[in-house]
Amino acid sequence: MTTPRTDSPLASAAAPADGPRRELLQSVVDVARAIFGAAASSVFLLDEEADELVFQAVSGEGEEFLVGRRFPAGRGIAGWVVTSGEPMVVDDLTTDTSFDRSLAESTSYVPNALMAAPLISESRILGVLEVLDPSPQARSSVRELDLLAMFARQAAAALRVITPERAPDGPAAGGRALDGAQREDALRLLVSLEQVLRGTG
Amino acid sequence: MGTTGTATGLGLTWSLRGRGPEDVPVLADAGPPGGLPAEPATGRGVRVCVVDSGVERDHPQVGPLAGSWVVVKDGDTGEITVEPTTTGDTCGHGTACAGIIRRTAPDCEIHSVRVLGERFSGTGDVLMAGLRWAVEQRFDVVNLSLSTTRTRFAQELHSLADSAYFARTVIVASAHNTPVESFPWRFASVISVGSHQEDDPGLHLYNPDPPVEFFGPGQNVSVPWLGGRTIRTTGNSFATPYVAGLCARILSAHPKVTVFQLKNALYLSAANVHQGPRPSTAAGDTRDDSEN
Repeated sequence: MTTPRTDSPLASAAAPADGPRRELLQSVVDVARAIFGAAASSVFLLDEEADELVFQAVSGEGEEFLVGRRFPAGRGIAGWVVTSGEPMVVDDLTTDTSFDRSLAESTSYVPNALMAAPLISESRILGVLEVLDPSPQARSSVRELDLLAMFARQAAAALRVITPERAPDGPAAGGRALDGAQREDALRLLVSLEQVLRGTG
Repeated sequence: MGTTGTATGLGLTWSLRGRGPEDVPVLADAGPPGGLPAEPATGRGVRVCVVDSGVERDHPQVGPLAGSWVVVKDGDTGEITVEPTTTGDTCGHGTACAGIIRRTAPDCEIHSVRVLGERFSGTGDVLMAGLRWAVEQRFDVVNLSLSTTRTRFAQELHSLADSAYFARTVIVASAHNTPVESFPWRFASVISVGSHQEDDPGLHLYNPDPPVEFFGPGQNVSVPWLGGRTIRTTGNSFATPYVAGLCARILSAHPKVTVFQLKNALYLSAANVHQGPRPSTAAGDTRDDSEN
């Protein structure tokens, strides 16, 4: 995998999220991290024209400097998930010296376990939600993977709501801000889902 | 095969003209009793192709590859070619699938065609080209843990899946476990596989409520990964190579079986399929003719 970069001439196709989108995506990764007791969580969105995945939000390790970085869409576990549309869990990764080297170099952090699920809305794959080093109780089972896939689907639906006029070149282009009530609705949706998942709702 | 082909001089017809049963003899192989062959069936002589992210060369749990190919799309012309490669695996997933096939059918011949990791490989047409190439090479088994959500490929994939079926290339395809329309796993001409939640690494189940037809072990599975290592992983896509390996074993012991016979063998050997009592010809009378 090549080193992530931020200087793509096509960066506008997956531009940094505007206020409401940033708030939504940050909420998604914060909630995902909390649900799975994870060290970190990230959302990548697919820039189809550049054939790249773009870090759009990060919770935990790398939070300060990963947003906006890009890497080829066909590579790594995120690349497999975005291509296949299928969620996947991998565990015992620290013994794998060749794992996701670019991420390791840029974050100085190599996870031992990683869960990844596609962000799918209306049969369209918008990107990938990753959870790094979930707690041992919250990984490696089909049920936990289903949970992540379900949450990713919810997040994709919210993303779709908040980005109603998506340009052909990718989910990150052409979005308009929701008005206050719509934004509140989208965020409330996420909070209520978290309550359900945590059994506190 | 020619059993439904065109009789000489009669033009195109899909019925049998000018020939009788004696003209279309078929030497059948009933396949293994109960579905799965005995242990000596190790996949020897069976050619399996993994259409995925590539397969790492010389991984101890995969062993030698019989062939390694990559599908490349030219960004300018859009031309798609299939070329030999030594580039291995861009993700780890293909290596994991190959490892599962290897331990299920240790003596089968494993080929790899990489449809991921090059630019524009996620566009659907690269996957399409890789699968078409594999079918044209007449592999006995094609392991496809990928699918496409792009409906514009659905018809073409459907035709390709049917061609494979009639040419005795069995496509074993992962089912999506999210409610998304994707292909080709939904087609009846392929063997579709999802994951069950049991720990038994040798268990497969038949789904009485298709479209996904079989479930295999896909939870917390130990698999080979990049760098000669081993990891544990979970996903539908790891149940698929287990079933592909079973197909290779059956084919090594019964090379004449058709794709529909393979499906029947998997059905008969599924842990949840039991032969129960059925109505006899005498009204109101039932009998249990199960031999199990």
